[in-house]
Amino acid sequence: MKIGAGVGSGLGRRAVLAGAGGLAAAAAVGFPSIVRAQSKSLKVGVYGGYFKDSFDKHIFPEFTKATGIAVEAVAEPTGEAWLIQLEQAARAKQAPADVSMMSQVAMLKGMAAELWAPLDPARLPNATKVKPALINKYPDGRLSGVGAVSWYITLVTNTKSYPQAPESWATLWDPANKDKLGLLALVSNSFLLDVTAATFFGGSKHLDSEQGQLDCFKKLAELKKNVKLWYRDEAQFEAALKSGEIPMGQYYHDVTGLAAADGHPVRSTFPKEGGILDSGSWAVSKASKAGDLAHVFIDYMCQPQIQALLSRKVGTSPTIDRSATDLTDKEFAAVSSDLTPIVPRYDLYVSKADWLNQKWTEMIVG
Amino acid sequence: MIRRAPRSLGEHAPILFPALMLVVFFVIPFGLMIAVSVARRIPGGFYEPDLVLANYERFLSAFFGGVLSFSLELAALVAVVAVGIGFPFTYRLARLPRAAQVRWLVFLLSILSLSEVIIGFAWSTLLSRTAGITNLLVAVGLMAEPQSLSPSFGALLAGMVYQAFPYTVLVLYPALARLDPALVEASRTLGASPVKAFFTVVVPSQRNTIVATLIMAFVFALGCYLLPQLLGRPQHWTLSVLITDQAIYQSNMPFAAAMAVFLVLVSLALVGLSLLFGRKEEA
Repeated sequence: MKIGAGVGSGLGRRAVLAGAGGLAAAAAVGFPSIVRAQSKSLKVGVYGGYFKDSFDKHIFPEFTKATGIAVEAVAEPTGEAWLIQLEQAARAKQAPADVSMMSQVAMLKGMAAELWAPLDPARLPNATKVKPALINKYPDGRLSGVGAVSWYITLVTNTKSYPQAPESWATLWDPANKDKLGLLALVSNSFLLDVTAATFFGGSKHLDSEQGQLDCFKKLAELKKNVKLWYRDEAQFEAALKSGEIPMGQYYHDVTGLAAADGHPVRSTFPKEGGILDSGSWAVSKASKAGDLAHVFIDYMCQPQIQALLSRKVGTSPTIDRSATDLTDKEFAAVSSDLTPIVPRYDLYVSKADWLNQKWTEMIVG
Repeated sequence: MIRRAPRSLGEHAPILFPALMLVVFFVIPFGLMIAVSVARRIPGGFYEPDLVLANYERFLSAFFGGVLSFSLELAALVAVVAVGIGFPFTYRLARLPRAAQVRWLVFLLSILSLSEVIIGFAWSTLLSRTAGITNLLVAVGLMAEPQSLSPSFGALLAGMVYQAFPYTVLVLYPALARLDPALVEASRTLGASPVKAFFTVVVPSQRNTIVATLIMAFVFALGCYLLPQLLGRPQHWTLSVLITDQAIYQSNMPFAAAMAVFLVLVSLALVGLSLLFGRKEEA
């Protein structure tokens, strides 16, 4: 068992006491009948497929061993379908999952509808270590979500077609790369507006104004000739990247690393402007009656050794500062980078969703 | 057989079941879709029941007009090519010995078990630079170096025709199997070549079947939304692709429903027109 190993000073007396307090509170939920530890259970929603399989195998059993709380994993559909299900269930005072892993856009939409139960920071001592960019708050300052996992989308290349690793996102615009790129097909999952702003307009501040957004669209239209495939389906691009059919594009850093480790001629590069840092947050439905257990769970997941375990077994980037974990340089490089990341402007993808989508579709289809 | 119009409930009974199925599986869902299409979209949220036409307004633009007309033209082209290949094929098939016919039909039916995803991936591999058919052409010396043929309009057309082909054969087969061979024999006796007999006797005698098959292949191709993403470039994305984007990725159900209603109405109108046209010619 890895839990507790390599903690050193990371897990202090206070955290242990607070954790015990959380457990005591959790036990009280079962009142009046005195429940055995095993009968405490929490429904946790994670993205179906790879994430759920990895969590079921590596993370949830450890959590149950450490806390006595059984986890019932619920496979969430990606996209916003899960948000809609949670919202409709909450109207009927039901919670299909107590805690869910939510994308940032879904987090913001759920906050607009007051779907998330406010979390109590006092009961989440480990959450103080989570990077501020990965903490979600209501406008009035109440805590609505805590970073669960984060991952990078980077510049990937086929090593046979490109013996030299590219250095900048600007290479996507290079006329020499005509008909060579595979890029994500949607404005809200490719984050190419953010990349354009960071590469050519000095950062995401440029996206504040509509004129700035139009500048980025105009610049993006210039790389259309280079794009062979706008993909919605990851498998399609991954296969083409490995074979060299489409030798360059944007893709997930961890998955590309795994493919390279399997001997495929691919590499993932963090461009000098930074990789795209996308993330999911833990949020608790307001209809959940297991709020106390949910706090225990979220706090557990924020611990340095669990974040390290996630990096090793699931391939996600730690949500806490690297120095708090015991990850080696190699392990860290496999999932993350010390370069300042490009953090997408999720607020825009919520407030101007339809407009951006329309402009984007016209840009790539037209 | 009852030749007069059915009067009692009992005589109507055989039609009740299909009518009920039509109501349950078409009329009600379509009604729901119309209801959603006039709902009010809440930006950053879902939608609320209402009676607004904003979703239709957004659709009435040059951009969506272009996508709609491309989708209709593509579907029509797929139908024409599929029937153009399928008709002579089925005509020959219906004249083969029984055992050979069964083998062909089983083979064609087995194609139907392939999903759109598999068909799309198979064609994109077949037309790729790294593993595709151009490598064969290079090997036999017909080409200098392998080329990538996908994504392109040709790749998309090939994939969609491949998918529609078994359906057209299965719809054409019963009519062509029942075709009286005496018709062709008579025209041959009167001096027509086999090709002339085919075009002046077989094709005209099967006109209604051909029109029905064209319509079926057209409607079938219109709903295709995966192949354009896998085998086409963005300018080849059909309206069905954009509907999927709105419904699944943008959670904009009202707009997706409005586009879908529009697509259904336009295709119903086209089918109606072609039937009307056919009937007039017959009269």
